Amino acid sequence: MFADYDKIIERLSLKQLWDFPGGVHPAQEKELSNQSNIEALALPELFYVPVKQHIGIHGDLLVNEGDKVLKGQALTSREQAMSVPVHAPSSGTVKSIKEHVSAHPSGIPELTVCIEADGKDTWCDLKPIVDYTKASKTDVIQAICDAGISGMGGAGFPTHIKSSNVKPIEFLIINGIECEPYITSDDRLMREHAWQIRQGIDILVHILSPKRVIVAVEDNKPEAFETLSIACQQKENYHLISVPTKYPAGGEKQLIQVLTSREVPAHGLPVDVGCIMYNVGTCYAIADAIVEGKPLIERVVTLTGQGLSNAKNVWARLGTPVSHLIDSAAYDASKQKEARFIMGGPMMGFAITSLQTPVVKITNCILVPSDNELPHIDDERACIRCSACADACPASLLPQQLFWYSKAKELDKAEEYNLFDCIECGACAYVCPSEIPLVHYYRQTKADIRNQKEEKAKSDRAKIRFEARKARLQREKEEREEKHRLAAEARKASMKSDGGAAKDKIAAALARAKAKKEALAKKASGTEATEPTNEQVEKTDSPAQAESAGAIADKAEDQKKAAAAEKKKKVAATIAKAKAKKAAQAKEADMPSESAKSVEQAEPTEKSTATEQASASSSEDAKKKAAAAEKKKKVAAAVARAKAKKKAEAAKKENKES
Amino acid sequence: MLTVFSLFMVALLALVFGALLGFAAIKFKVESDPLVEQIDAILPQTQCGQCGYPGCKPYAEAIANGDVINKCPPGGEATIKELADLMGVEAIPLDAAHGVEDVKKVAFIREDECIGCTKCIQACPVDAILGAAKQMHTIIVDECTGCDLCVDPCPVDCIDMLPVEVDAAHWEWNFKKVSVGDIPIKQVS
Repeated sequence: MFADYDKIIERLSLKQLWDFPGGVHPAQEKELSNQSNIEALALPELFYVPVKQHIGIHGDLLVNEGDKVLKGQALTSREQAMSVPVHAPSSGTVKSIKEHVSAHPSGIPELTVCIEADGKDTWCDLKPIVDYTKASKTDVIQAICDAGISGMGGAGFPTHIKSSNVKPIEFLIINGIECEPYITSDDRLMREHAWQIRQGIDILVHILSPKRVIVAVEDNKPEAFETLSIACQQKENYHLISVPTKYPAGGEKQLIQVLTSREVPAHGLPVDVGCIMYNVGTCYAIADAIVEGKPLIERVVTLTGQGLSNAKNVWARLGTPVSHLIDSAAYDASKQKEARFIMGGPMMGFAITSLQTPVVKITNCILVPSDNELPHIDDERACIRCSACADACPASLLPQQLFWYSKAKELDKAEEYNLFDCIECGACAYVCPSEIPLVHYYRQTKADIRNQKEEKAKSDRAKIRFEARKARLQREKEEREEKHRLAAEARKASMKSDGGAAKDKIAAALARAKAKKEALAKKASGTEATEPTNEQVEKTDSPAQAESAGAIADKAEDQKKAAAAEKKKKVAATIAKAKAKKAAQAKEADMPSESAKSVEQAEPTEKSTATEQASASSSEDAKKKAAAAEKKKKVAAAVARAKAKKKAEAAKKENKES
Repeated sequence: MLTVFSLFMVALLALVFGALLGFAAIKFKVESDPLVEQIDAILPQTQCGQCGYPGCKPYAEAIANGDVINKCPPGGEATIKELADLMGVEAIPLDAAHGVEDVKKVAFIREDECIGCTKCIQACPVDAILGAAKQMHTIIVDECTGCDLCVDPCPVDCIDMLPVEVDAAHWEWNFKKVSVGDIPIKQVS
C-alpha cells in the first residue's frame, strides 16, 4: 500500500521525495530575525512559571511560598503519569503560588509559581549521565522526564512518553522544517548548535534504535542544512534531506508523508507507520539534559515583526514575561494603533491577552506586527463555495462542509467529516477569498464536541450513581422490613414453642412484683413494730433485743420462702439490716445515756455484740450517706452540664440567626 | 365436507400461528421500553426533579406516556430540540413554571459553618456529598450535577450554588474583544 523501507531508502538517496496534498506559500519574512546570533537575555526580576506547560496533567507542587530555590530546581513532581516537572529558571525566592494569566488564547489564569530572581543565577546540583551509551534506556528516559522536556515544536507532548514507545521504528525523523513564516528560532539553533543537536539525535538513537535517521530541513535554510550535514557527516545512517518549502511541511503527518509517502491513520500515531518525530529544539534540550544534566529552563524565542525595531532571536528563560522580551527588542508602539502581540507564528499563533503572559516550553516566537503588516480581518463574508480551501487543505478534508456544519452546530456531522483530523494549520483560512476565519470555527466546534462528550460521560455517571443510590435505598428499606418481620416472627415463635415457660415467667414476674409489694408493706409495718420492741429492748436488756432481732430475721426469712424468689433473700437481708440500723439509730438518738447505762448493765459478751451491731450499722449508714451525697453531686453536675449545653445551643442559634 | 375441511384448516393455521406468536412473545421479550431508554439518554441526568418527577428516568417514562417535553430546565433548548426530534413533535419553548435555563453550577459547602446534620447527604440524588453525623460535609465536585436539591434542606444555609468556572481546556474559543488569533497573515489575490 505505502512505500516499503527499501523503496524509501532508495528514493531518499536519490533525493526524490513525495508530496502532501494542498499547502500554501505565504511570504516567509524570515530575514527579519535570522540575521544575527541568538542573544542572551538579561534576567527579568520576576519569573512566572506555569505548573502545566504540556499536554497532560501537572505534577504536585514541591515548593511553598517563601522558599529559596536554585536555578534548575524542580518545582513540581513527576509522580503522576502524563505529568512533566517544571523547574526554577533562575535562583531566587518563591514569591507566590497563585493563578496568573496563561500562555493560551483564552488567557484564563492558571496556577503559576512566581519566582523573584536574586540575580545570582546559581545552579542547583546537576546530575549528568556520564556515558549514556552504557546507561539503560529506562534511565535515560527517566532523566529526560526529570529534565521536564516536552515537545518543543508546538504541541508540547511529553517527550519521555513518546520515547517509551515499544513498537519497532524504521525512521527517526528530526524536524528542522520550521515552515511557519517569521519564525527563525530553530533555524538559528541549527546554525549555531548543530553539534549539540547531533548529540541529542545520538541519544534518541540509543533509546529508540531506529533503522534510519532522517534529518529534514526546509530548503529556505541552506546555512542550517550545511552546519547540520557537517555535524552528522560521520554517521552513515543519518540522512540529511532538504525539503521543498511549502506550508505546512513541518506538520508531523505532512512531513512523514513527504519523506516516506506513508499516511498516519486517523486517530493513529506516527509509530503506526514506523516513524517517530522530534523537533530539533527537543533534541537540543535532550542533549542538555543527558550530557550536562541541565533541565529545560530556557529556549530560543524569535522576537520579530515590524513593531520591533530590533528583531532577533534570544535565549529566553521559561517564565519570562513577554513585556521583558519586547523591551529587549525595542518595541515601537507607534507602529501599532492597537497593541497586538502574537505568541507563535502568524498562521497558528494567537494574540496574548496580557504582556505578563510568560514564555512557556512551546513558545517559539513573539510576533509584533505593524498595522499594515498583518491587518485585522473582520469583514467575514458569505462562503461562495469556491473550494479553494479544499485545494489548500493538507489533510485532504472538506473545509467548506466542516464550516457549514460548524456554523449550524451540527456537531455529529462535523465529526463524521473528520473534523478531528484537522491540524488547524490555517491554510484554508489563508486562501479563503471571503475571509472566513475557518480555523476559528473548527476550534470552536472541536471544543463544543469535546465538552459535549465530557458532559455526556458525566451524565452517564450521574445516572449510574442515581440508580445505585435508588437501589441502595430500596435494599435498605427491604432489609429493615425483613429485620422487623424476623423479630416479630421470633417473638411469636418463642411464645408458641414454650408458651408454658413464658407463662411461667410472667407468673414468676407477677409473683416477684407481689412479693416486693408485700415486702414493702411488711417493711413499713415491721419498722413500726420494731420501734416498740426497741423501746422494750432498751427498757429490758440487750439479749432480749438480740432475740427479737433474730425473731424478726426469722420472720423475714419465712416471708422470703413464701415469695420463693432467690432475689428476695437480698431484699430481706437489706430489710433486716435496715431494721437493725433503725434500732441502732433509735438507740443512739433516743437516749445515749440510757443506752450507755443499759450497755453498762449488760454482760460483757452481750455488750460486745450490741456495740458490734451498732458500729456495723453506723458505718453502713455513713457509707450510704456518702453514696447519696455523691449521687447528688453527680446529678447536680449533670444538670449543670445540661444547662450549659442548652445555653450554648441557644447562643449558637442566636449566632446563626444574627 | 369441503367446508368442514377448510374450516378445520383455517383453525389449524390459526392455532399454529398463535403458538408461533406466543412463543416469539416469550422468546424475544423486550425487557424495558426502548423509547424510555432513548429519552433517558437525552435527558441531562441532573436528577433535580424540577420537572415534577423524582428523577430523569421517571420523567422519561412520563414523556413516553405522552407528557410534554419542555419541563427540563437543566437540559434547556438543546434537550427540547433533541426530544422533539426523537418524539416527532414540535419543539416548544421551555415551560417557565419548572424553572429557567441557567449556567452550569455546582454546590459548595461552606465547611466552617456546616454542623454535620447529614440532611444534604440524604437529599443528594447522586451521593455526591461526603460526610457523617456531626462531621463536616463536603461536595465531590466531579460528581455534583448542580441539581440544587441540597440547598433547601440545609438548616444553617451553608450551601452555595457556584457557577462552574471555565478553564483553558474547556474554553470554547469565544473571543469577546477582537477576533484575534486565528490567521492574521493574509494574502489578497
